Amino acid sequence: MNRMVPPPPTPSHVTEDGRAIGPVLMELRNITLRFGGVVAIKDISFDIREGEIRAIIGPNGAGKSSMLNVISGFYRPTEGEVWFEGARRPPMRPYKVARQGIARTFQNIALFSGMSTLDNIMTGRITRMRSSLLSQALWWGPAEREESAHREAVEKIIDFLEIQHIRKTPVGRLPYGLQKRVELGRALAAEPRLLLLDEPMAGMNVEEKEDMSRFILDVNDEFGTTIVLIEHDMGVVMDLSDRVVVMDYGRKIGDGPPEEVRASKDVIDAYLGVAHD
Amino acid sequence: MTDLLYAVEVMINGLMAGVLYALVALGFVLIFKASGIFNYAQGVLALFAALTLVGLQEGQVPFAHLINAALGTDLHHFGWQLPAVVAIVLTVGVMVLLAIAIERLILKHLVNQAPIILFMATIGLAYFLEGFGDIMWGADIKTLDVGLPQGGSAWLEQATAGWGSDEFYGFFIDRLDIVATLVAAVLVISLTLFSQFSKQGRALRAVADDHQAALSVGISLRFIWVLVWSIAGIVALVAGIMWGAKSGVQFSLSLIALKALPVLMLGGFTSIPGAIVGGLIIGVGEKLFEFTVGPMIGGATENWFAYVLALVFLVFRPQGLFGERIIERV
Repeated sequence: MNRMVPPPPTPSHVTEDGRAIGPVLMELRNITLRFGGVVAIKDISFDIREGEIRAIIGPNGAGKSSMLNVISGFYRPTEGEVWFEGARRPPMRPYKVARQGIARTFQNIALFSGMSTLDNIMTGRITRMRSSLLSQALWWGPAEREESAHREAVEKIIDFLEIQHIRKTPVGRLPYGLQKRVELGRALAAEPRLLLLDEPMAGMNVEEKEDMSRFILDVNDEFGTTIVLIEHDMGVVMDLSDRVVVMDYGRKIGDGPPEEVRASKDVIDAYLGVAHD
Repeated sequence: MTDLLYAVEVMINGLMAGVLYALVALGFVLIFKASGIFNYAQGVLALFAALTLVGLQEGQVPFAHLINAALGTDLHHFGWQLPAVVAIVLTVGVMVLLAIAIERLILKHLVNQAPIILFMATIGLAYFLEGFGDIMWGADIKTLDVGLPQGGSAWLEQATAGWGSDEFYGFFIDRLDIVATLVAAVLVISLTLFSQFSKQGRALRAVADDHQAALSVGISLRFIWVLVWSIAGIVALVAGIMWGAKSGVQFSLSLIALKALPVLMLGGFTSIPGAIVGGLIIGVGEKLFEFTVGPMIGGATENWFAYVLALVFLVFRPQGLFGERIIERV
């Protein structure tokens, strides 16, 4: 029953800028999400391919964050199926989803504000730590080696995100833009198969937005990480993403490459609020 | 000169008593740090741990009264004596099982509730455990003997006798207090290392900070809660052993939790070193106060000194000496 129906053979292709887009990594089939009488998501299907940057856009309250919460297991869809790496995913708690290699950031930053930048990013490695409670308690050979290996990985991320100067600062004291960067670092530390970014640029100034865009592109380019991102800034979305899903009132009203989506009448109407006659 | 030496002796004894207060306060801090819950049941947890330890060691049949009443049998002891080490290990096991039960039966159902609700739940837990301990092991006063040294250290007394003048009889320090100090030191160092440098310790601090974020990096909240309550149970066991060895295992053991309150107000609810320093200040403070001011106002100051000190702290430094400063952004 849960065996995979093999996806239609889709030869990997290479984008204009030389990144490899692979086969389907995740597929959402007929997802519906209801809270009591409110329908947040209505029968939406789309797929996410390995190595691509997939954007979800739409006006406020369109159900974008709900969609991300479904993917990361924070919400359980009322109907529909989530397929990941060729297998149907049973209803799963968020921490187990994380252990499958799906990392995320939050729209309203969720960091461990009392801990330093370094420690925050270190928590991202938790799913990758293997040594037992006992050997750690004794600070015994393998545990010590493991800890230093993880530290090394974290230092690389810190270098990558250019946040060396705030390594030891408690993140609660950092300005908003840097906090967003630390949160991205924590998600990256898990070396995820799928990275979910919920409005990574919300509330940033132009310069910060440019930095963040660069980091997102670099992550995708250098590590080949598949990224799903929600963003309001249309300009950013058009520049970054390979394919875009457009949502409005919980429905999908568009799906395709940015330029195609931008030209779609439904999408223009949804954004400009044109009344149909 | 002799008076000064007596004052030093009083101070040392105060420090030792403070360590015992700190041991109890430590259990509170652990749970408060990881979940923001003030665990009213911590004192009862210590009592329950001590009761279980004595019961296992003496080979008591658990629920003997209940079984006898129901089946008309006359059970009371299995007839064996367990070595102290074995009994302690088994008690640790019981405390872990208790932590699992608390998570399954109480915490799991109260996820996302306000801290006051969880606090009320721990009050309920305290009363339940109190009765449960009685039914399981009987309500009589028990002596706890796990082979800890007792009584004043003769060596120290002789070595220091005659200092200053011939009238000085030497320092009197209970050897149990010395052991308690060593145990507390080991406990605090290992807990601090654990919380700073291990995967689970980091996860524990993460859960304390933000549940959502903790879930998103793959931390199981339920596992962490079981872990925290297990550790708190083990700390309670240590406190129960020390206090039980000193004054017997009986209901009043659970009241030592009250002494931990002023310690927490001094040290801050979220700081492990704070619990230790707070305990020491209270211990030394109340002994020295009794020694110096006590005779002038008719004594018995130890009963209230700690609380008055805590009140003063609440007025001038509500977050305690080491507590996290409460910053509200407008």
